[in-house]
Amino acid sequence: MSANITPIEQIEDDLSFFDDWEDRYRYLIDLGKALPPMPETDKTDANIVHGCTSQVWLTVRSNPGQNTVDLLMDSDALIVRGLLALVLAAYANRSPVDIVEFDINALFERLDLLSHLSMTRGNGLRAMVQRVQILASEFTPH
Amino acid sequence: MDALTDIADESSVAALSKIRADFPLIAGNEQVYLDNAATTQKPQAVIDALSNYYARDNANVHRAAHKLAGRATESYENSRESLRRFINAESREQIIFTAGTTESINLVAQSWGQTNLQSGDEIIITLLEHHSNIVPWQLLAQRTGATLLACNVTPEGEIDLADYHAKLSTRTKLVSVGHVSNALGTINPVAEMISAAHDKGAVVLVDGAQSVGHMAVDVQALDADFYAFSGHKMFGPTGIGVLYGKLELLNAMPPWQGGGEMIETVTIEHTTFNSLPYKFEAGTPNIADAIGLGAAVQYIESIDRSMVQQYEDNLLRLATSAIAQLPGVRVIGTSAHKSGVLSFVVDGAHPGDIGTLLDQQDVAVRVGHHCAMPLMQHLELPGTVRASFSLYNNTDDLDRFVAALTKALSFL
Repeated sequence: MSANITPIEQIEDDLSFFDDWEDRYRYLIDLGKALPPMPETDKTDANIVHGCTSQVWLTVRSNPGQNTVDLLMDSDALIVRGLLALVLAAYANRSPVDIVEFDINALFERLDLLSHLSMTRGNGLRAMVQRVQILASEFTPH
Repeated sequence: MDALTDIADESSVAALSKIRADFPLIAGNEQVYLDNAATTQKPQAVIDALSNYYARDNANVHRAAHKLAGRATESYENSRESLRRFINAESREQIIFTAGTTESINLVAQSWGQTNLQSGDEIIITLLEHHSNIVPWQLLAQRTGATLLACNVTPEGEIDLADYHAKLSTRTKLVSVGHVSNALGTINPVAEMISAAHDKGAVVLVDGAQSVGHMAVDVQALDADFYAFSGHKMFGPTGIGVLYGKLELLNAMPPWQGGGEMIETVTIEHTTFNSLPYKFEAGTPNIADAIGLGAAVQYIESIDRSMVQQYEDNLLRLATSAIAQLPGVRVIGTSAHKSGVLSFVVDGAHPGDIGTLLDQQDVAVRVGHHCAMPLMQHLELPGTVRASFSLYNNTDDLDRFVAALTKALSFL
């Protein structure tokens, strides 16, 4: 996990400070612009989550010797990239067990962004979160 | 509403304002609804027909020996007659109620296709088609060994007719083509294509999902062999649609689903089938929505269609020239013959981002591949933003759409 990632508490604070949609979405777009792009070699068919409107790529790798996983995410749409930056911040430095148990719906609901997560096929975000949880669960002790 | 007079004459303005008031979701909503190619809103007359049916006339049709069933049957069959009139079919037996365009196409693929196609035969579609007019034929080709060919599309988004004529041959058994493209709005020259196909002895199905809500359709004038459409894109309920077919074709086709309603006599060993249209309507039909669709037909018949079509054309032209002036905007589908749909991309901006930013401003559009992935692959686009118009949209909607798009572009 990248060390220079904005902490999720900071993002929550920032988002709660804005009182109109324009500032919130400019902020999300800035988060999206700041998200380091995934290496093209990782953008394989196996790592893609298809949506109707945008695509999401995801890799989950175990971190040998540490109880964390390395997550990389990318999308062709900027706002989705911003939402991915948010998901990455939420999962940062968590163990696979914590990731599986983390209530991402509650986070998105608090941030008033639940509609982005609920779009069943729209932007690929929901399917991406489900895939993170499945892959993370493979790294949890049985 | 002053701006309306720019695109509609004085006498039409009052009629158009009244139309807007007929649609509760439009009249009572701040949202600008420009996703009409996905589904249209419903006039009060359709909502009332559904509600009245369940409140007063609900019974199963055709069989029972009581007055209520008589009323339900009469309403259901009256609706079939309205639909016959709507597309100018010769007889009501040719109006088969289905769940919608997709089911209508699948019915033909299963019943007619399975009986009439074999290895070596060819099915022609085009790159403009909706997945509903691709996948059933792909499955049919796999089952029968027939070959599926797709006609090319020009950079303007029109069917490449030279390619169509080159692909047509005596091997062609079926041509299936959309009347209006759902992704680009192109009105295809279906009458010409049908005539050319008939010269080769091929049968033609027209996917009318995007045409019936915008223009008068005459299946006899087109000489279409099959015509498929959905109720919900022409102000009717979801889950109901129509398959029209020529009588000799429908009579020769085997049933595709078995059950009640579609039988004449049944023994354990053998069944004889009911006549048209019931042969293709197995089980209790979607009575309420068929009646609702009949009400939608009556609503459409109550308005001046040529005036509305002219108005919609003006709205589309105005919208096209307004967004073409915005930096980086490229209209996709520039045919001179278009209906209802304005598809576009913005250089350097993903359609999904534009859709999200428009939604934040209460402007509803569709973004993505519009269930036409082969077309998007051909155009080398990840998708487009699609604003689609209907008769209740007005110039205020247009102004808000253009303002919202301008603001969205400032974000990206």
